[in-house]
Amino acid sequence: MSVLNSKVPKGPIKDKWTTYKDKINLVNPANKRHIDIIVVGTGLAGGSAAATLAELGYNVKAFCYQDSPRRAHSIAAQGGINAAKNYQGDGDSTYRLFYDTVKGGDYRSREANVYRLAEVSTNIIDQCVAQGVPFARDYGGLLDNRSFGGVLVSRTFYAKGQTGQQLLLGAYSAMNRQIARGKIQMYNRHEMLDVVKVDGKARGIIARDLITGKIERHSAHAVVIASGGYGNVYFLSTNAMGSNATAAWKIHKKGAFFANPCYTQIHPTCIPRSGDYQSKLTLMSESLRNDGRIWVPKNMDDVMAIREGRKKPTDLSEDERDYYLERRYPAFGNLVPRDVASRAAKERCDAGYGVNATGEAVYLDFAAAIERYGKEQAKIHHIENPSKAKITELGEAIVEAKYGNLFQMYEKIVDQNPYKTPMMIYPAVHYTMGGVWVDYNLMTTIPGCYCIGEANFSDHGANRLGASALMQGLADGYFVLPYTIGDYLSDDIRTGPIPTDSKEFDDVEKEVKDRIDFFMNNKGTKSVDYFHKKLGGIMWDKVGMSRNATGLKEAMVEIKAIREEFWKEVKVPGGANEMNPELEKAGRVADFLELGELFAKDALTREESCGGHFREESAEEDGPQKGEAKRNDKDFAFVSAWEYKGEPADAVLHKEELEFKDIELKQRSYK
Amino acid sequence: MNLTLKIWRQKDSNTKGQMVDYKVTDISEHMSFLEMMDVLNEQLVNSGEEPVAFDHDCREGICGMCSMYINGEAHGPDRGITTCQLHMRMFKDGDTITIEPWRAKAFPVIKDLVVDRTAFERIQQAGGYISVNTSGNTQDANAIPISKHAADEAMDAAACIGCGACVATCKNSSAMLFVGAKVSQYALLPQGQIEAADRVRNMVEQMDAEGFGNCTNTGACEVECPKGISLDTIARMNRELMKANLK
Repeated sequence: MSVLNSKVPKGPIKDKWTTYKDKINLVNPANKRHIDIIVVGTGLAGGSAAATLAELGYNVKAFCYQDSPRRAHSIAAQGGINAAKNYQGDGDSTYRLFYDTVKGGDYRSREANVYRLAEVSTNIIDQCVAQGVPFARDYGGLLDNRSFGGVLVSRTFYAKGQTGQQLLLGAYSAMNRQIARGKIQMYNRHEMLDVVKVDGKARGIIARDLITGKIERHSAHAVVIASGGYGNVYFLSTNAMGSNATAAWKIHKKGAFFANPCYTQIHPTCIPRSGDYQSKLTLMSESLRNDGRIWVPKNMDDVMAIREGRKKPTDLSEDERDYYLERRYPAFGNLVPRDVASRAAKERCDAGYGVNATGEAVYLDFAAAIERYGKEQAKIHHIENPSKAKITELGEAIVEAKYGNLFQMYEKIVDQNPYKTPMMIYPAVHYTMGGVWVDYNLMTTIPGCYCIGEANFSDHGANRLGASALMQGLADGYFVLPYTIGDYLSDDIRTGPIPTDSKEFDDVEKEVKDRIDFFMNNKGTKSVDYFHKKLGGIMWDKVGMSRNATGLKEAMVEIKAIREEFWKEVKVPGGANEMNPELEKAGRVADFLELGELFAKDALTREESCGGHFREESAEEDGPQKGEAKRNDKDFAFVSAWEYKGEPADAVLHKEELEFKDIELKQRSYK
Repeated sequence: MNLTLKIWRQKDSNTKGQMVDYKVTDISEHMSFLEMMDVLNEQLVNSGEEPVAFDHDCREGICGMCSMYINGEAHGPDRGITTCQLHMRMFKDGDTITIEPWRAKAFPVIKDLVVDRTAFERIQQAGGYISVNTSGNTQDANAIPISKHAADEAMDAAACIGCGACVATCKNSSAMLFVGAKVSQYALLPQGQIEAADRVRNMVEQMDAEGFGNCTNTGACEVECPKGISLDTIARMNRELMKANLK
């Protein structure tokens, strides 16, 4: 039987959060001064949580591995943030955002959490505007919106193509105010290497100062993990080079269940890879699909001609092109959700229609949008019978205003001008919906240890909709955790400071130091990257966009073998008591080598296709949905929460059954 | 292509550093500059030497972590980019490339090409924020219309990634473009008005205390800024400061 208790409050879904807030225990302001909270990670979730908790009066210690909290990878989010403001009057509402998110997640998320997310979404926009976040506005001075994949309304707020940056700088500015007041102690260039439990409760962490190498003990009454996702298990992803799963994995090994690791988002619009030296992949915002049309040539002759340079994409006429998303999904067209768009690109490329040398690229074309905007502008400016060149010029100006920085980024990387020739794109690992299991309070299965933002599993089910990650990170950090953690901490008002000279701290510190000593003394022959790339290759080939039982079983065996080789052959130069980036990477890759195997095991156990998890054995066999993912609600409408038992292969499955009371379970059709 | 690299190596902040020569071979022109550095480091690890420490993270030009001074230019010989967006197609086979850390009194070297930019943190803490608590019941986001022009201009200033290229490239090691950008963002928005005078005074005071130099209108910062932050932001900061001091 399951030991999981989601602690979802009783009552109608619309009232759950309000009723909950009315009934929880609060900590009075005088007592908050005696309570310490550790926050690991300073992205949208961690940054907003640290600032808000400090404003409330708690003593916050915040940690990030970068040289400034402002550099967390939330900063790279481009397109926007969703909120059910209904400023456009196009039928949006809290319920519709809730519905879209649950449906987009392929009915594998917890209803109550998603409803709460939709409910607080509007507060986020108000809060950010008050902080001075320069969202895009229309000529009347009001906030502008755009549309994103998988929905039929315009509810996405944006700040050019740098929405994540602006929201993070907002949270960072709120943190700075509290750092200046002394309510946040900020530990830059520090990495959490383990969690310390005292009497079963999370009471501190062991961290390494990345400049001096010093191992430090930090205690607190609660620990909040906000360290982001684990996409770098694939080596190549759109994550930052330093993005890692260590904090999340360490708490997993100390008792926090890890949920749905196989739910990974492969984002459809990334710049294709170009060679083996590649260190990371670059995303082109999904917002481009508002105006870009995705296609490959209809005829194989044209594919070959393009690959060999005999033809240019612009040489192909409209009827020589296959706008496959518009063809297959007339209702949503180029704006189908990410998982659907990615699989459709893979399907065309697997069939041989890829348009670059590697055969792994499709076109994202702006010609039609440029012409449409150009004509519109000509009309606005009263230009009679504009020439084609004039229309193009006017249209390009609009496209530049909307996506200029993305186009520039593309041109710098690929060395082609996307105003004149279509972009080439291909799916890449982008976001992980799975993560540490949390209850309605965002608490893990370790009392006093919370997990927020991408690091937890909660709100996106098996697939995340565009512009929802920023929403969830800020919702957790600004508006959810600050309430729920108070309820827990109300028991700690008389506890007093947690000493760090206890046996519990001694023991965990020793584990951490032993592992570092091992790396420094192991005279192996292979670099950390060698192992990371090898792991990434297996993950992409066998646990990537489509999966089958044979491949997954092989992956588990192969990952275990790499892990064993890693612990024999890894070579880490330099010393432990200095800045040592190779040592940092070694610890992170060691954790990925365990997580990767659990990931494959989870994918193997889930014998259905849902969202980002596509099992080849579970596809619609005929009818209008032929070839589409086939979900199995009878057997798999549950969250897989894994308990650590030593080897990843021995992890024990706990099921949290998902109940859908407010949304009818349906096949997710975007046709 | 084959290249000679002259790289600043420095064990830590207390040790003297020096330029060291390295060779790399078979570099593809499609590689990014940092991928070329990865090749060098893999080579060093395999031969038992310590790899070159350098700051980098997102590798898509937005986190502001990467910070190399390449052939005498902050972020190297291309415009409107960070080091991670520099590609090897900007170089030729046989080139010698000089790679140094940011050099400024306020940015001490930590190791090799890594510098300490916490001076920027302290400037932001001195006033780079609007004092508003998280409550969930601030007024509606559309309650105060903001002209599109002002919002766009605020966004252009807010695009600063805090990399420090402006300081590194300035002969005076001035941080005025960085501070001007933040001051401008808030000066252009109604939400930032209430604390405007204190903000600019405190931020400028902290900037001076950190040992950054003054602006002499050379404009090198604007040229090297990966995000195209305009010199106008410095003019606006000076205006804001003057207004504040007249109050």
